Amino acid sequence: MQIYLPIAEVSVNIFLLLGLGGGVGILSGMFGVGGGFLMTPLLFMIGIPPAVAVATEANQIVASSFSGVLAHFRRKTVDFKMGSVLLVGGLVGAAIGVQVFKYLKSIGQVELLVTLTYVVFLGIIGSLMFVESLNAIRKSKKPGAVYKKKKHNWIHGLPFKMRFRTSNLYISVIPPLLVGLLVGILAAIMGVGGGFIMVPAMIYLLGMPTKVVVGTSLFQIIFVTAFTTLAHATQNFTVDAVLALLLLLGGVVGAQIGARIGVKLKAEQLRILLALLVLGMCGKLAMDLLIMPSELFSIGPGGH
Amino acid sequence: MLRILALALAFMASAVSAQETVIVGLSQSNVAITANFSGSDILVFGAVKRSGELPADASPLDVVIVVEGPLQQVTVRRKEKKMGIWVNIDSVDIDAAPSFFTVATTAPLDDILPESLQREHAIGLEYAVRLPEQDLDAETETFNEAIARIRVANGLYSEREGAVNFSQETLFDTDIELPANLIEGDYTTKIFLIRDQEIVGQTSIQISVRKTGIERWIYNLAQEQALLYGLLSLLVALVAGYGASEIFRRLKG
Repeated sequence: MQIYLPIAEVSVNIFLLLGLGGGVGILSGMFGVGGGFLMTPLLFMIGIPPAVAVATEANQIVASSFSGVLAHFRRKTVDFKMGSVLLVGGLVGAAIGVQVFKYLKSIGQVELLVTLTYVVFLGIIGSLMFVESLNAIRKSKKPGAVYKKKKHNWIHGLPFKMRFRTSNLYISVIPPLLVGLLVGILAAIMGVGGGFIMVPAMIYLLGMPTKVVVGTSLFQIIFVTAFTTLAHATQNFTVDAVLALLLLLGGVVGAQIGARIGVKLKAEQLRILLALLVLGMCGKLAMDLLIMPSELFSIGPGGH
Repeated sequence: MLRILALALAFMASAVSAQETVIVGLSQSNVAITANFSGSDILVFGAVKRSGELPADASPLDVVIVVEGPLQQVTVRRKEKKMGIWVNIDSVDIDAAPSFFTVATTAPLDDILPESLQREHAIGLEYAVRLPEQDLDAETETFNEAIARIRVANGLYSEREGAVNFSQETLFDTDIELPANLIEGDYTTKIFLIRDQEIVGQTSIQISVRKTGIERWIYNLAQEQALLYGLLSLLVALVAGYGASEIFRRLKG
């Protein structure tokens, strides 16, 4: 059954969209990420114009993160203070990102920039996660191994220190602001919530305890992606409500199924699978840049 | 003698000016893009009306039907390998490229109509995209060809030789397939009668393509009330997120 998307102005199979939403939802439920980094490139592949895919995906992430954060909220695993600091950085970043996106759209390089940021970030995160989880698996096989103590690094020398009770941290606000800013820019440009970069940054850079990381990340992602959605809707007119609704219906169901599969796997196994998934997507996008495309020309909307 | 000549001339003139006009109809002149729109088939049919007698040795008539979607400004970009990766390196802005274009004929176009006339009346894929005369260099020509090539691949442009049924030099019809990826606007349908490499009659009729119902409402809202539209999109997302969380919590509990 075909459905005509009013903003994208293309006709797509309704079950393809529900299936796509469901499939990505399962993965996001399993791994605790938004799944935007998978969904946006997949939307490009089924012929949704890139500008619409990026803006609409931001809207869908609002739904999935809100659904997820409610569970963390009940378990009291959301650090609102840390989330708010990240959010301040995130909103500024998102505002910058939407402007950058608008400018690149006008000079025709938006596709390249989106693909490049994807390749770089998926590559870095994927490799780091892969190595880390491989080490974790090795360590778990040697029961005598001792964990290294938390390092006291340069981050602790920065000024403007603040106490984050839920995270049990006393650190400068500069690193979380910068992390928020960076993720905000990425969220606007890539149409992702940035969970796949926010979660490792919170664990390894800020030293937050793992149990509050996912909830706090989701908490601030809601606001950043909501802001991104509004900015794209009012400046680029590219949010497709019908597309968002279909993806989100599949997504929320998939996420619940994924969460149940996730419970049955070990944490290291989950992380290594996610790492492989991230690296696979990175490889696919890198190949697109390196291999000669079958059609060298492309048609875009005119006007400046 | 002079009278006979004058009579003969008058007769010839009347034979040559045997007027042929086209009458055309459409199976539907309004196409509504609804939520489940999956393309539309339109039958273009008509007849040739003659006043006066045709000379017995008149060469056969051909019919060409052109359907053209709204003209759009587009930017065509070309990729090239720079520093190991494929990037867009140059672009050409085209002022008027039809969003949809199809030509149906009774015979191969090049056999029945000279190139100059094809260009003048925008008949044929090569002439679908209007380029300003002064810009006609080899460079723009490759970009122009690219538009036609990409849109033929997408099913938006087509050229169908022999697709017009024409019986007894009078009745004609053809099916026009409008694809699902249609944009709004007026689709101009032109019918040309061609004899001896000349256009001897033509007419045109509009097909109006409009979004209706919820499609219309969503599109207008997004364009005219962008902030409200954005807020509504967020509201839908939040409600769906809350709903899913509640439903699954109850299922578990």
